[in-house]
Amino acid sequence: MEFALSEDQRLLQSSLQGTLENVSPLETVRRFAAGEQDVAKAIDTALAELGLGQLLVPEAHGGLGLGALDAALVQEALGFAVSPAAFLAGAMASEAIGQAGSTAQKYKWLPMLADGSVKIAVALTETVSMREGAGLIEDGGKLTGKALFALETNSASHVLTADITGKLYLVDLAEKSAKLSPLETIDQTRTYAELTLDKTPAEPHADEAKRGEALARTLGLGRILLAADTLGACQNMLEKAVTYAAERQQFGRVIGSFQAVKHMCAEMAAKLEPCRSLVWHAAYIFDTEPEKAALMACLAKSHISEVGTFIARTSTEVHGGMGFTDLVGLHYWFKRIGTNRQWLGSPEQLRAEAASLQGWA
Amino acid sequence: MDLALSPEYEAFRAEIAALLKANADKAPANSDRGLKHPKRLAWQKFLIEHGLTARTIPTEYGGYGASPDILQSRIIAEEFAKSGLPRGLAGQGISMLVPTLLELGTDEQKAQWIAPTLAGETVWCQGYSEPGAGSDLASLKTRAEIDGDDYVINGQKIWTSTAKQADMIFCLVRTEPDAKKHHGISYLIFSMDTPGIEVRPLVDMTGSANFNEVFFTDVRVPRSQIVGEPGKGWQVANATLTHERGMLGDPNAAEARLLAIADLMQTETLNGAPLMDNPVLRDRLIRLQAEVYAMQANGLRVMTARLKKESAGMAGLLIKLQGCQLNHELARLAIDALGEIGVLYGETPYLKDNGSWQWRYMYDLGLIIGGGTAQIQKNIIAERGLGLPREPRLAKQQGG
Ligand SMILES: Cc1cc2nc3c(=O)[nH]c(=O)nc-3n(C[C@H](O)[C@H](O)[C@H](O)COP(=O)(O)OP(=O)(O)OC[C@H]3O[C@@H](n4cnc5c(N)ncnc54)[C@H](O)[C@@H]3O)c2cc1C
Repeated sequence: MEFALSEDQRLLQSSLQGTLENVSPLETVRRFAAGEQDVAKAIDTALAELGLGQLLVPEAHGGLGLGALDAALVQEALGFAVSPAAFLAGAMASEAIGQAGSTAQKYKWLPMLADGSVKIAVALTETVSMREGAGLIEDGGKLTGKALFALETNSASHVLTADITGKLYLVDLAEKSAKLSPLETIDQTRTYAELTLDKTPAEPHADEAKRGEALARTLGLGRILLAADTLGACQNMLEKAVTYAAERQQFGRVIGSFQAVKHMCAEMAAKLEPCRSLVWHAAYIFDTEPEKAALMACLAKSHISEVGTFIARTSTEVHGGMGFTDLVGLHYWFKRIGTNRQWLGSPEQLRAEAASLQGWA
Repeated sequence: MDLALSPEYEAFRAEIAALLKANADKAPANSDRGLKHPKRLAWQKFLIEHGLTARTIPTEYGGYGASPDILQSRIIAEEFAKSGLPRGLAGQGISMLVPTLLELGTDEQKAQWIAPTLAGETVWCQGYSEPGAGSDLASLKTRAEIDGDDYVINGQKIWTSTAKQADMIFCLVRTEPDAKKHHGISYLIFSMDTPGIEVRPLVDMTGSANFNEVFFTDVRVPRSQIVGEPGKGWQVANATLTHERGMLGDPNAAEARLLAIADLMQTETLNGAPLMDNPVLRDRLIRLQAEVYAMQANGLRVMTARLKKESAGMAGLLIKLQGCQLNHELARLAIDALGEIGVLYGETPYLKDNGSWQWRYMYDLGLIIGGGTAQIQKNIIAERGLGLPREPRLAKQQGG
């Protein structure tokens, strides 16, 4: 029994963190947020060199065949750096194709995902939260309707989506009838869009029998990765608060020697550290005990979202007026945590789902 | 990361489960009250003989004598939780004094005290806190002066749990009044029957008189009954405080309570519908479930660090604070779910689960305070875990 990261996993963490410090510093995030979306290309290229596109793709299809825990570590590092890099959508897509794609589909898509020749955005919001007027309907192999909050659309060539019955499809964004219109959210470190399709040809995932399970696995992985993203973002906000508290002086002493401030930091750390264990555990369970995976994903994401909200607020408060400024840029983390909290299920939605998964509702 | 257990451990688990099942009839019932009830002592004896408690303590001191194996201990804990049978005794003598003696006691002290303590025949109390020395324990004033071969003790302790029932006390006293605060303290062990000791029970909010005031007037204790060196009592005590904090906030206990609440919410009805049908209560239940799992995963991480002889860092420092808080929240949910029935207490009709949830809600608050308050835990987390500076000292008060 060992509940710890392997040597390889620690190496992945540190090389990724080093790369992100170089290619995705806050100045670059600011430029992305200001609309220069092309700056993300250099980040994506640098990450592709580390093999991130191949991470979850099985070795038989040209990937590394690693697991959800490795993916969670990657996403944690991206959240730490509030990086606009694409990763989450591609990871969800490889899970979806791996689960419900035909053999031919796997041979077609997975190698392209691994080598980066396709970039897949994800538009699955309606499988969790259906708004009036939204949803895609299939008719004769073509999809019509709208999907909201498509993620990682900026560099995508294709989009993974689902119709209102939960069946998964891949849509080529080069199709004339496929339109993406940006949705502005509080979080400008990533792009969100509304996908509109009008009798657009779509490639369904072939394995009908696995439809429900494939969707559940894809959402489960997405939720674990969002939880990991929040974990990384929270860790950074905590570290920033502790650093600031040890430097900033008022009343002739560093503010970190005031108990009110010290206890805010202690509470952040005491709440966050068990979340790290929970997220790792959920990711590990995702690969080892599939029957518990959906529940653990709901619990991990809902819990860290609550802790994240607390840390986003508390770290900002520790910084005083500085925390509220654009100058320090804490708000990028604050907003990323706020967005992760709602995406693919708010804490309340996820807890309701967790209750029904256990037969309690 | 590999949470699977090897086949040897799975076999060990099966063996423990079978052993507990076959001997369940030997276990004392809740109604077999009293620390030294014969059924309790017999059960303790059975548990030691089969390595289900005092497992790693050498046989010469009345233990089972197995070599330490954290995984085996965890399996035993889990199997007890599943079986619902009472675990071995875990009073302050067993959980705090025995580890201290094993680490720092003389051979005579070990030979004399460990075996009867493990057997439950010798009950101990912990004499640390004083009216003027709680969180600031090192400011304690009870003094012990050398007179011939004895220490002569004068002063007062407070909050001393089970002092009324205890045969013995392990006690912090000031032996060198001129030394610095943390230096002049010694750790003595002596009989509660020694002349000059008076115990006055203090009733706590649960209604029972579990803790006490203990007064010492010219209490004579042989100098040989010191543990560690004179003036080193602070280090000796800190060895035991670590054992105490590890004991509070056990995540397996939290999971058992969570399951009990889920059960209660499924079986108890209000206006004809199970409590579980109330979405707000359900939401609170799942919220706590996520926290219980987080603390369990955290426990696995701490255990892995211990197996590798590494420091668990922050994951270890937070256990007392988060674990005790979580238990308190669990009890609060059970009470809110029960509504009016949740306030019943004592022996009265309509009582659910023997009124244990109200008792827990109060008792767990005591555990948030005892053994280092929540605020002190936050100081420790911030200073030792995050490296934030200590509180600057006040300038000495004028005329003081
Ligand atoms: C159920 C129970 C059983 C106990 N059993 C025993 C026992 O068997 N033997 C024994 O010796 N003791 C025992 N105790 C005593 C326990 O260890 C003390 O109550 C505890 O250490 C707090 O001390 P105090 O009660 O004097 O509170 P105080 O230290 O006076 O604290 C009062 C408040 O001030 C806060 N405070 C104090 N110092 C600081 C600081 N530096 N920073 C921030 N806040 C601070 C505290 O957090 C608390 O909120 C028991 C207590 C309880 C509740």
